[in-house]
Amino acid sequence: MFWQLVANGLVTGSVIAIAAVGVSIVYGILRLINFAYGDFMAFGALAAYAFNGPLGIPLVPAVLIAMILTAALSVGLDFVLWRPLRARRAGFMSLFLASIGLALVLRQALLFGYGPQPQQYRVDPYKVYVLGSVRLSEAQFVSIIAAAAVIVTLGLFLSRTTLGRTMRALADDRELAAIAGVNVARVITYTWILSGLLAGVAGVLAALVQTTFDPNFGFTLLLPIFAAVVLGGIGSAYGALAGGLLLGIAMELSTWPSFFGGVDPVYKPVVAFVLLAAALMVRPQGLLGRARVV
Amino acid sequence: MSVFTSGGFWAFVGVVAGIYTILALGIQLQFGFTGLLNFGQVAFMAIGAYTMAILVVKEGWSMWLAAPLGVAAATAASLLLGLSSLRLRADYFAIVTIAFSEIVRYVATNENALTGGSQGTIALGEVGKAAQYNDQWERFQARVQGWLHVSSSDVAMLVIVWSVAVVLLALVWLAVRTPWGRVLRAIREDEDAAASLGKNVFAYKLQVLALGSAFGGIAGLFYAWQFSFFSPADFQPLLTFFAWMIVILGGLGRVWSVPVGSLVFGFLFAGTRFLDFAPLSYLDSAERAYLRLIVIGLVIIGLVLLRPQGILGRREEMVLE
Repeated sequence: MFWQLVANGLVTGSVIAIAAVGVSIVYGILRLINFAYGDFMAFGALAAYAFNGPLGIPLVPAVLIAMILTAALSVGLDFVLWRPLRARRAGFMSLFLASIGLALVLRQALLFGYGPQPQQYRVDPYKVYVLGSVRLSEAQFVSIIAAAAVIVTLGLFLSRTTLGRTMRALADDRELAAIAGVNVARVITYTWILSGLLAGVAGVLAALVQTTFDPNFGFTLLLPIFAAVVLGGIGSAYGALAGGLLLGIAMELSTWPSFFGGVDPVYKPVVAFVLLAAALMVRPQGLLGRARVV
Repeated sequence: MSVFTSGGFWAFVGVVAGIYTILALGIQLQFGFTGLLNFGQVAFMAIGAYTMAILVVKEGWSMWLAAPLGVAAATAASLLLGLSSLRLRADYFAIVTIAFSEIVRYVATNENALTGGSQGTIALGEVGKAAQYNDQWERFQARVQGWLHVSSSDVAMLVIVWSVAVVLLALVWLAVRTPWGRVLRAIREDEDAAASLGKNVFAYKLQVLALGSAFGGIAGLFYAWQFSFFSPADFQPLLTFFAWMIVILGGLGRVWSVPVGSLVFGFLFAGTRFLDFAPLSYLDSAERAYLRLIVIGLVIIGLVLLRPQGILGRREEMVLE
């Protein structure tokens, strides 16, 4: 039971972690809490469905296409929305509200296009992989492998490549990075692309894990993702990864019956927030965030 | 198009705009005057409405006692939230408030024994019996209707809601002109400067959070009475965003901009319901509902981009940053 929950937690946690990095890098560089991120994920999930469901294209190429489409959406919105707002020197509040408006538009557009009925990918719901005492469905098995691959690639990208390091430098101190010769405008474009790619893959994985999904499902994912971002320290990419995995495992383990009888599974998102609140009391800057002297 | 000419429909739009005015006034006080980011306003609405309904149905209380207790419960919840998280940075606090409102909705959806669960207030009482919490309210509304000599109970409701809204608006209008109100503006402009003058910034913020949440609770009561049934699905975060949109539409940092914003929003929201000429008439009602929300989302984005001070806002007072 315990190891089964840990495995489930790894599945949920790695999806949250991937999405949390996508939110966190954008926040770090643009000071923008992207409230539309859950709907970016729903867009990715439904784009993959469009190719996998009706057209019957295998899931892996469908996911790759969905990631590219989500990245295109993400970077396209930078040109039509975020760039004019930056030119106007819009602050935190404007950006947050604009992203709320965008979330509404995106979600309703998806509902308009796909309708509210639940969708499902072409995976075998009865196939089960057994590893010792742990049983994973095919969807969970695929997700855990894909998520591990994404997380390792992402980690290598952020730590080893010039672009990844530049992104982190920019998130850390934008003025300093600009003085050091970083082409800020270009890195912002790449950041939106990366954020969109991550939204696409995280959306498909989240949809796989919960087997059926509809255009509204992005929003329900958003709150644990925000919790992971804040827990890790807003703007810290590694923090977001750690926060996501930690929250995923904690959410699943909280339902363990040997742990004070276990929490009712419907309250898993609440567990994420109680944990976050407790962590913020102790470390207001988040796990890996740096305390800032204001 | 006959609906447009019927008085009952416009009375309904007016009632909803009045409820939104009360809800959004809380946000105006918190954000427009103090700079607090409360994105969980709908939670206080839910707490007010549920507390009233539960006390009336389950405990058999008089509605006139249960209603103030609903407002008190909303205020108490905001104090708990504020004491634990008001010291966080503004952006963290914003996320915590959204989370809080979602937690309230989760609890309302899943604690069937307390709230009737996802079925809503109809399941508050015994199994197989539709629970009612607003008998007393309807009698009161009928009496007001008699006093006013109007034919429709909607008009009576309109008068009641807007009387309360105007009283609250006047109270806030007076309050922000006192020294207390000036401290709020000082906190909005520069928290550290206010603190350095010896003002207890935390205490002021807590008071404003509590007051705005009480308004949320009152809005929740009227919502419950107007629709005589509600369920957790009525308290989606979307409602909080509507209230924010009203505040920004009307103009930040001004009191009387709130009713203007909510009337404009009310007509926009209700009016678009009847856009049924071609080509829109080819869409079914669900699709038109999606389109309406797309329009509202675009209006939010457009306002942020083009008129950050709102319709009545003064640039020198406050611009959305």
